[in-house]
Amino acid sequence: MNPTKQVNQNTNQNPDQGKLLQTDASPEISFKAVNKSFARLDGYEKVTGRVAFGADISKYRQIYAVNVLSPLAHAKIMQIDLSQAMKVPGFTAAATAADVPGSNSMFGRFPVLAAEEVKFIGDGVAVIAAETREAAVLAASLVKVTYRELPAVLTVKEALAPEAPRVHPDLEDNHIEHSHHKMYSGNVETGFSQADIILERDYTTGFAYTGYIEPEAVAVYPDPGRNGIVIEGTIQNPYSVRENVAAALGVPMNHVRVIQTAIGGSFGGKDESVIVMAARCAVLAAKTRRPVKMVLSREESSRIGGKRHPYFSHYRIGATRDGTITAIEDTVYAQGGAYNKQAMFLNWRGSVHAAGPYRIPHVKTDIYGVYTHTLYGTAYRGFSAPQLVFAVESLIDELAEACRLDPLEFRLRNCLKPGDTIPSGQTLDPEKMPANLREILLAVTDKTGFKKKWQENRIRAIQPGHQNLKQLTPQQLSGIGLSATYRGAGLGGEGLDTGAAVLTLDRDGYLNIQSSSTEMGQGIRTAHAQIAAEVLGISMDRVSFSPTDTSITLDAGPTVASRGILSGGNAVKIAAEKIRARLASAAVEILGCTRNPHPSRNGGKEALEFSNDTVYLSACPENSISLTELAMECHRNRGIPLTAQGWFTPEPEKLDHATGQGNAYPTYLFGAAVAEITLDPGTGKISVKKITAAYELGRAVNPDIVIGQLTGSIMQGLGYGIMEEIDVRSGALQTLNFDEYMLPGVMDLPEVDILLYETDSNVGPYGAKGIGEIGIELIAPAIANAFFNATGRRIRELPLNFERALLGKALR
Amino acid sequence: MQQITFILNGEKQVVSADPSSRLLDILRDTLGLTAVKEGCGEGECGACSVLKDGKLVNSCIVPMGSVDGAEITTLEGLRDTAEGENIISAYADSGAVQCGFCTPGMVMAAAALLRENPEPDEQEIREALSGNLCRCTGYNLLVKGVTLASERGKEKGIWQ
Repeated sequence: MNPTKQVNQNTNQNPDQGKLLQTDASPEISFKAVNKSFARLDGYEKVTGRVAFGADISKYRQIYAVNVLSPLAHAKIMQIDLSQAMKVPGFTAAATAADVPGSNSMFGRFPVLAAEEVKFIGDGVAVIAAETREAAVLAASLVKVTYRELPAVLTVKEALAPEAPRVHPDLEDNHIEHSHHKMYSGNVETGFSQADIILERDYTTGFAYTGYIEPEAVAVYPDPGRNGIVIEGTIQNPYSVRENVAAALGVPMNHVRVIQTAIGGSFGGKDESVIVMAARCAVLAAKTRRPVKMVLSREESSRIGGKRHPYFSHYRIGATRDGTITAIEDTVYAQGGAYNKQAMFLNWRGSVHAAGPYRIPHVKTDIYGVYTHTLYGTAYRGFSAPQLVFAVESLIDELAEACRLDPLEFRLRNCLKPGDTIPSGQTLDPEKMPANLREILLAVTDKTGFKKKWQENRIRAIQPGHQNLKQLTPQQLSGIGLSATYRGAGLGGEGLDTGAAVLTLDRDGYLNIQSSSTEMGQGIRTAHAQIAAEVLGISMDRVSFSPTDTSITLDAGPTVASRGILSGGNAVKIAAEKIRARLASAAVEILGCTRNPHPSRNGGKEALEFSNDTVYLSACPENSISLTELAMECHRNRGIPLTAQGWFTPEPEKLDHATGQGNAYPTYLFGAAVAEITLDPGTGKISVKKITAAYELGRAVNPDIVIGQLTGSIMQGLGYGIMEEIDVRSGALQTLNFDEYMLPGVMDLPEVDILLYETDSNVGPYGAKGIGEIGIELIAPAIANAFFNATGRRIRELPLNFERALLGKALR
Repeated sequence: MQQITFILNGEKQVVSADPSSRLLDILRDTLGLTAVKEGCGEGECGACSVLKDGKLVNSCIVPMGSVDGAEITTLEGLRDTAEGENIISAYADSGAVQCGFCTPGMVMAAAALLRENPEPDEQEIREALSGNLCRCTGYNLLVKGVTLASERGKEKGIWQ
């Protein structure tokens, strides 16, 4: 298990950083295209500014649509008066709930436009279209809506109180349907009876904004070629948009064509908001027969766009005096907001991860989702893990302290190892799931000198006088903190992890990929191209891609859960292998090869090699044909189709709903991080000096892109940990723009050192498991643990902003 | 409405505009220069960065009235020059791009910096990019991209 090979470097300014370490991966495997840092296929065009995003789409005779949003958290709509709006020069059309031709209740109870009542301050009451955006904004501001304000439930506590107003009156109470997930293993009372030390703690995390720099934009227009409409826009999940808009219009899905433009960041967020926008514009387009464009302002995006769910986690944990965890019990509430498309999946994942990456014989987890009259929760990067890993990794540090062990020693004693069984009853088969968390923990702590620094800081923090911050310097308030995680790859039991792609090798020997996984900046197009290039021996500059278009690309579900590699990549590989087999069947004839081209029937040895845009006999490399000649021959003379569909359907993973027992995910990723901070005693500002993180990811299809994804995730974790906060307790939203909602800037970024651990896994293509999300969840808890190390004070609520760091509480 | 005359990407431009209208809207909607992006509309994110008389500005908070007689450069005017191409390829080669929405603004910020200071150190680069938000990359590769542009630009003699 020793790091054996360094194959990639130079991830940021310091050339000593970000080395790719191969641990368990087979050293004999060598790749042609995978595992190499090719430049992104879409990189250069993006930097030139030539790539069109949603707001850059313009259609002849387009009109501009603007939403009329509820100013109130909960109110009955008494009257909507459009008369003044209609007098604005350029006014074209308006729509209210009465104009929705089909169903006004989309997936997750989102209305196209609110009919009877509004349920949060981003609910749309009407939508106005005009010849110019200015006229539409003016007309929307003149729509007079009369409301009768109703009592609102703005917190989980209020929502769960007896006799609380119900967000959805047809339900018995404010629990979100199907969102209670359980993970029961062993018997926690037995476990607690074996414990010498029992801790009971509460942890709280708030809403967080995805904060993509591009606000949502859609353009909807009558289909120029057939009956139906076309939707273009910044859409993460085009098939979800198609399904919901078709239902809203009352038309079959094949009347709605959704084309994804380039997306300026999504992170899970451009989902519900763009569905609602597309549906409203579709109603207007159907009404006016004109193209309708809607681009949100940042303030509208803040109100309409989904947020990361707040979690309120109550944990009880027990350990023996020697530091062995005996039991963990937790009750967690996820605040879902007014509508819900996610909590039933979110909490499912949460139930698997809630006990952390530890070997615990007795576990009892209950996670609930709760409706409130607030902003709603979306699938923001991490999907329950940022919230729960903050809670459980803070708790583990607290328990280590209570057991008089340092955080590393305590984790090493309890962390999952190969062959261990996780709470769902699934065993981490050493052959399939290497579970090298121990090595990862040792790597990040060795590299940072964690133990020594932690002990020095800890000793200083318990000296008399250390509580008087004002007399200390930031250097005297330095801290180091550790966190660890494991994460199920792909959807697992959340849903069937299908992936689809269609590949076409054109007659000139160039390849096009139509993937149903959407590109959002994460680099999936490039990774898919590398997988296809690996199979076909084609050079990367010969590979191109089509945008996702629901009338052309295949519906294999949403691009979520870091599954673009795992399922989408497998689909690309399947399609490429089909093309390769067809090319091989022609090549053996052309090259006069008598041996069977199929390795499975050839003792595992390939008779043909595909490499450098050429196909040749393994035994006789001079006997070759170029890919271009071969493709032309297949097209022109042999009638061999060089278009192939790849469809990947994994084994179904599932858990027993009553107990949480079963195989949750096909495989798991592991990670650990160390944060080093200082605290300014005057202001309470935490400065993160360095993040050192290690991840076991199966295989890095493109190491540079992986490092980019992880660095960005770490930055978002840092913002979540110390900067970003949304307050909805008044029902209004104060943080409407980036002057109030603080995103990390370039000056906030610490030195970032990332270690990648590769293993051979048989689940994803070439072992890749997908790393879009795991980067984020370790950072806030590592910072919170570093804060404790620096000050001796434990903060159990995010973010650790100035006031919490200085005063231990929020001021608002 | 008022006739406003300015130099846009090296060519004289006359537009009829309300002096209080935003330079960003004139560039994007009237003149079709969509490399200029709108992210926040209040000067926080830098996606709409352009050069006004050589200085980096957020075009969302520049009123057209102040543009009369000024020289405006957008990425459209920069991207086909040796200077622009040098920065663009350096960002692309550094893996500094993910979604690409903030990137045009980052090119403009780098251009403004390198014209003033062709060999900046890391701290100077970070300061120069500090008015531009990026939610994808974590910035470190963008900083690396500017360093690369500086090194290559020196070899090519771009600022001589």
